[in-house]
Amino acid sequence: MTYLAKPKLLRADAPRNAVGYTRRDYEGAISTLCAGCGHDSISAAVVQACFDLDVEPHRVAKLSGIGCSSKTPDYFLGASHGFNTTHGRMPSVLTGAALANRDLIYLGVSGDGDSASIGIAQFAHAMRRGVNMTYICENNGVYGLTKGQFSATADKGSKSKRGVVNNDTPIDLVALALQLGASYVARSFSGDKEQLIPLIKGALRHRGPAFIDVISPCVTFNNHAGSTKSYDYVREHNDAVNRIDFILPRDKIETSYPPGSLRRIVQHDGSILHLRKLETEYDPTDRIGAMNYLQERHALGEIVTGLIFVSEDADDLHRHLNTVEKPLNLLGDAYLCPGSQVLQSINDALR
Amino acid sequence: MSQVKPIESSNDFVIKFANVNGSGSASANELFARAIMRMGVPVAPRNIFPSNIQGMPTWYEMRVSAAGWLGRRGGCDLMVAMNPQTWDRDIAEIEPGGYLFYDSTKALPRSRFREDITVLGIPLTEMCNREYTDARQRQLFKNIMYVGALTALLGIDFAVVEKLIADQYRGKDKLIGANVNALKLGYEYAKANLSCPIGLRVERSNGVGDRIFINGNDACGLGAVYGGATVAAWYPITPSTSVIEAFGSYCRKYRTDPDNGMARYAIVQAEDELASIGMVIGAAWNGSRAFTATSGPGISLMQEFFGLAYFAEVPAVIFDVQRGGPSTGMPTRTQQSDLISCAYASHGDTKHVMLFPEDPYECFTLGAQAFDLADRLQTPVFVLLDLDIGMNDRLCKPFDWDDSRRYDRGKIMTAEMLDAGKNFGRYLDVDGDGIPWRTIPGTHPSKGAFFSRGTTRNAYAKYSEAGTDYVYNMERLRHKLETAKTLVPAPIVQMAAQPTRFGAIHFGSTSAAMAEALSLLEHSGVHVDAMRVRGFPFADEIIDFINAHDQVFVVEQNESGQLRMLLLTEGDIDPKKLIRVLHYDGTPITARFIAGKIGDALSSHKVTPLRKQVAS
Repeated sequence: MTYLAKPKLLRADAPRNAVGYTRRDYEGAISTLCAGCGHDSISAAVVQACFDLDVEPHRVAKLSGIGCSSKTPDYFLGASHGFNTTHGRMPSVLTGAALANRDLIYLGVSGDGDSASIGIAQFAHAMRRGVNMTYICENNGVYGLTKGQFSATADKGSKSKRGVVNNDTPIDLVALALQLGASYVARSFSGDKEQLIPLIKGALRHRGPAFIDVISPCVTFNNHAGSTKSYDYVREHNDAVNRIDFILPRDKIETSYPPGSLRRIVQHDGSILHLRKLETEYDPTDRIGAMNYLQERHALGEIVTGLIFVSEDADDLHRHLNTVEKPLNLLGDAYLCPGSQVLQSINDALR
Repeated sequence: MSQVKPIESSNDFVIKFANVNGSGSASANELFARAIMRMGVPVAPRNIFPSNIQGMPTWYEMRVSAAGWLGRRGGCDLMVAMNPQTWDRDIAEIEPGGYLFYDSTKALPRSRFREDITVLGIPLTEMCNREYTDARQRQLFKNIMYVGALTALLGIDFAVVEKLIADQYRGKDKLIGANVNALKLGYEYAKANLSCPIGLRVERSNGVGDRIFINGNDACGLGAVYGGATVAAWYPITPSTSVIEAFGSYCRKYRTDPDNGMARYAIVQAEDELASIGMVIGAAWNGSRAFTATSGPGISLMQEFFGLAYFAEVPAVIFDVQRGGPSTGMPTRTQQSDLISCAYASHGDTKHVMLFPEDPYECFTLGAQAFDLADRLQTPVFVLLDLDIGMNDRLCKPFDWDDSRRYDRGKIMTAEMLDAGKNFGRYLDVDGDGIPWRTIPGTHPSKGAFFSRGTTRNAYAKYSEAGTDYVYNMERLRHKLETAKTLVPAPIVQMAAQPTRFGAIHFGSTSAAMAEALSLLEHSGVHVDAMRVRGFPFADEIIDFINAHDQVFVVEQNESGQLRMLLLTEGDIDPKKLIRVLHYDGTPITARFIAGKIGDALSSHKVTPLRKQVAS
């Protein structure tokens, strides 16, 4: 397989966003994933979200681990720097990058093998450390590149394509993210872009660790009867707690909602999340309530989706470290090197 | 006392303190070392400590050397035996004619002493129990009390120690008074009850000069500050932990924005070594200077990431404070045994840049330089020190810095250069040195973005499995590492007084013992040219040095002769030519050991001075 350049034919009347880019400017190379792969829908959702948010592509850094999911950053935001790191280690590399320049938008893409197996420690620690990032796990419950082994998110009792039954307890990354202090936690389905795109937008504009688990069926190895990560199964068992409308501070709010059906969340940058309640009792700002709800529904075989938790007073690693506003990678010699006079006084104190 | 004459020596002896760890002895012992230095006499102290917090034996060995030899000498002239657990072995270690200082509160049978040493007993516990009621105070002041007694026994000026205590506790007057009081009690008891001074004496000298006294880990931390590091990610591991602690404390002092108190640096304690190096690579990829500090086990864990940084060409600086391996090995003992695991770290064909500081001064200078090299070469740079220089305070040249020096950020293509139409191929060798240009994320809206990866790619960073693309890249990397040979610090040669066919190569912390060994050898008529290697890949002159001698001793502190292996491989040297001189029991190598090994091997070539021949 070699790199495929995407033809750059552009219609003259293609719509441009507020920063002057067309949707095509947010695309990347042609995907080499299987036709129908859920991951490609997620890439498309990322493209749409960035276009809608008027993000300048070069202000995004996209990082990934290893696996089918981790190949996708090549297929969107071609004008962004990307880093395909080692298996399970995207979170640490992204953490370092975020430390170096707090001004970029960090998008980490991973998969269920990358995040829940080999990389579970890094996933956990990036969440608890409060790295300002959007972490998307493209979750298909299976190892695709090595042809169909179960991953750690595969449900107990689910069947592989060859008919093997999984006996291991699944790891729910959403439950982990909640427990570990992620301040924006969502689950979605690659087949539901109406739900997914606003969730990605909210995450990109969130300050702090935003985690989105996207169930993304593997059409080749995990889309059969007996799988709990197939298109059919997810559609049948999708328990959406809410639908969100993402609203930028400059946008006029035109939608009207029936009384009592709306929860309004304002993020630190002024962006607004309108949560249309589907489960009337569900409170997405109650971390413990969210954890309980998740467990209850999981026991019933349901997949909870939507914005599961959001903290209105979220914080991030840079604020914990009290780092200067200017990105560290832009500090010049004079800001970094104390110079010979200081060194002289250090010498004096060492005699 | 038998017929053995007590050792008489001024400003040239070894004192060893045998203590229980966690008893507060380390700071008292260090105070004593500093007092001797304030007398103008060079001291090289070494902590020999267990991997434990409290209750295990620990030793503090102090070499006093008017000649300025800072390597470990071996042997012990005065044992301060404060640990009953190790009494017998401590007594046994004293040189014939040496001295034993001990707490005589509890009478010990004669059989527990030796006939050929001078015994100096002071009832320290009894004195402390009389003076203090608090248990912790009794313990801490007992240490200061023996420092007081030793001050009298070695003829050190009391006022010097008193002033040192005042300097140390400046602003805490209560502590000064209490410590000086304990010091005086010990001092006066010794003066009144023992014959002071003993045969070992400290006399005022000017052997210290303007040198400073600091350990290598602190110097590395300071070097990272001066080298412009802004991101440090780490995982605690002995003996490297204090590198980051020092970086943090210097940063709090010199990298805090005076206007708003905000930090011009970021330090993250990671969940493990994999995450530490991952963060370093992420930060450096994004244009910050970043580093980690670790030891052997950390190096093992980081291997995959070293391969990524090598292949994706991302700068990184790694301070490896080596300890005894393999596996957990000897965590609190010194060794130089990570050369091979660093030189070719990770799977596939890799080669990494290594720097070998000899002392804290070079920990600072090479530490700072490592960041320039990493940026220039876009590859990991390992600074390999070891526990001996990392964790022990050492006299060294004062640090210096040229204010006109600017950081070499290497080949970074800016937005202006991209706009000017410069051809940007991330992995393209445009300058003929194997080093490509890079862009920092966020540089330009439409030009210069690329996808970094550990998979193969073409010169424009596009995924490619084509053999030609792969070979181009590997050859360019090899060429880049050839360029590195000319950029790493050059070796330092010390030619023998007479022309000789024999050479010796060494590196890092061995240098102090090596310098002394060369002097010992020369005195006994053995002449050896010496070269201290400071960088890898090896500069051509290192190979030339080997080729210019018939036989070359390779002196190092590991079991397999790792530097020798590297020299054989990289220099295409005949193995018969390089003779191993290996010291690896976890203690620092000594001049006596090196001189003995080389002397024995060359005994047939020795030119015995006439005077000695007559004497024997």
